[in-house]
Amino acid sequence: MRFLRSALAAPGAAAVAPFAVLLLLFALVALLAPWIAPLDPARQSLLARLRPPGTTMGAATFWLGTDELGRDLLSRILHGARASLAVALLSVAVSGTLGTLLGVVAGYRRGWVEVAIMRAVDVMLSIPAILLAIITVAVLGPGFLNLVLVLGFTRWPRYTRVAYAQTLGQAGLPYVTAARLAGARAPRLLLRHVLPNIAAPLVVVATLEFGLMILFEAGLSFLGLGIQPPMASWGSIMSTGRNYVGTAWWIATFPGICLFLLVLSVNICGDHLRDRFDPRAALR
Amino acid sequence: MTRYLLGRAAQSVLAVFGVMAIVFVVMRLSGDPTLLLVPEGATREQVDALRAQLGFDRPIPVQFADYLWTLCRLDLGESVVQRLPVWRIVAERIPYTGWLASTALAISVGIGIPVGVATAVWRGTLVERALMPLVLVGQSMPTFWSGILLIMLFGVGLGWLPTSGADEWRSVVMPAIALGGLSMATFARITRTSVMEELGKDYVRAIRAKGVARPVVVLRHVLRNGAIPIVTIAALEIANLLAGAVIVETVFAWPGMGQLAVQSIQARDFMVVQAIVLLVSIAYVLLNFVADILYGAIDPRIRLRGGPR
Repeated sequence: MRFLRSALAAPGAAAVAPFAVLLLLFALVALLAPWIAPLDPARQSLLARLRPPGTTMGAATFWLGTDELGRDLLSRILHGARASLAVALLSVAVSGTLGTLLGVVAGYRRGWVEVAIMRAVDVMLSIPAILLAIITVAVLGPGFLNLVLVLGFTRWPRYTRVAYAQTLGQAGLPYVTAARLAGARAPRLLLRHVLPNIAAPLVVVATLEFGLMILFEAGLSFLGLGIQPPMASWGSIMSTGRNYVGTAWWIATFPGICLFLLVLSVNICGDHLRDRFDPRAALR
Repeated sequence: MTRYLLGRAAQSVLAVFGVMAIVFVVMRLSGDPTLLLVPEGATREQVDALRAQLGFDRPIPVQFADYLWTLCRLDLGESVVQRLPVWRIVAERIPYTGWLASTALAISVGIGIPVGVATAVWRGTLVERALMPLVLVGQSMPTFWSGILLIMLFGVGLGWLPTSGADEWRSVVMPAIALGGLSMATFARITRTSVMEELGKDYVRAIRAKGVARPVVVLRHVLRNGAIPIVTIAALEIANLLAGAVIVETVFAWPGMGQLAVQSIQARDFMVVQAIVLLVSIAYVLLNFVADILYGAIDPRIRLRGGPR
């Protein structure tokens, strides 16, 4: 909480505020999608194929038009926000937990554990992340759960690097010695005492990764390797839209705008957090 | 210098070995790699025959040793789907990805570095306020979305540029802009940080006091001293461009390695997918090694002390 409060009080917070609100709005939409979506996102209608925004047919109005199967685009976009944020949130949770644990252990244990973990980090970072995700999803098969697992288990090295460096810095401090003398074992010492002291930079990494995960989900779904139909995802809607750019511009345009705004607000909020907690990076 | 280079070379070899190991593990994540390679609807006997032919029925350590040995002979195996050496299938596509990625790199460096210098030198002025949104937009635009927008505008709307394929030099313009956007933003940010840090140092004031004009100070002294982070990022970005090509090539039906990767996944041609991941990752490791050598050339201090930082 102190973390949040000081982030809000930082200079430049006023410029960031609109984007934080936008982010909150996306989160609300994602949570409430089933209740605020005007129509069923999966209901197809051959008569209503490729209608432009604002078409009214019978009792239904398609505010953002319909796709190639006559499904309501607005409802699909609202549901797509759900997929996007859920994948990003869960994969950041998995990779963040895994990466932090490995980093803290490497920084505290030293010796061969440290060498093994940090070498693994170097190797993981030398495979372009999107390619590693693509080949893993291709092997395991697409779908929501596999997407979360793949992103979660391929994106941990950045957290490990930060957690490792931070733990090294903390290990020599008197409070660690004090806790150890008081009889705290390694797990308790690391989780209760060291972790809270190194949390801020890790949260910053998590924010930046969060924006990246949104892009990964959309990109993999665009390639047909992510969220599978009939579930809606901005990436897969846009991949359909690519085929109809000449005749139905709205299909790719509206999810594209949403994706851009969401990633933009995550990036701006992330930059703000980083400037706040990493004074050296404030120059950026 | 020799020790520094040898150390880096050893690290690179280790990284390449690690990449091979990870790809080996990933290919076996589903339990039975044979099932990835057989065409849909194959009979039990066909699957067993293929398993024996590819050696997937042997113990894992033996398979791994054999896999490494094959790769060390620069043999990427044979495509089960196309019945052709993987090397020949991939080699046809490499020039196209090279063409696309190098054009994208030229665009991102050509715009990113000047923008970074300008926003650092004219910090707090109208120049910064006009250029920073460009950087933020570049950073937040997914490549496939900027690609589709470009197609709508210049392809469908104005009809100036072809929307797919690689038939003429104009074909590369839109994919390269879409692909280079993110790298452009990265170059601009890194250059800006680096130049701002250098501008605050004492030597800049000293040279200025000597009467050297500001543009000369920036171009001849500050940029050279601030070049190390830019070179590091350049190595990283080339690899990102190669990887990002997967999506951009799909948007523009560009016949490069990225499109091949996606087509091969759809055709269940995993030998080709594996080869592409290996090639791009190894290129990435090599690029990082080249960047390490360049540090030494740019900054003599590194030659003596051994390694940045």
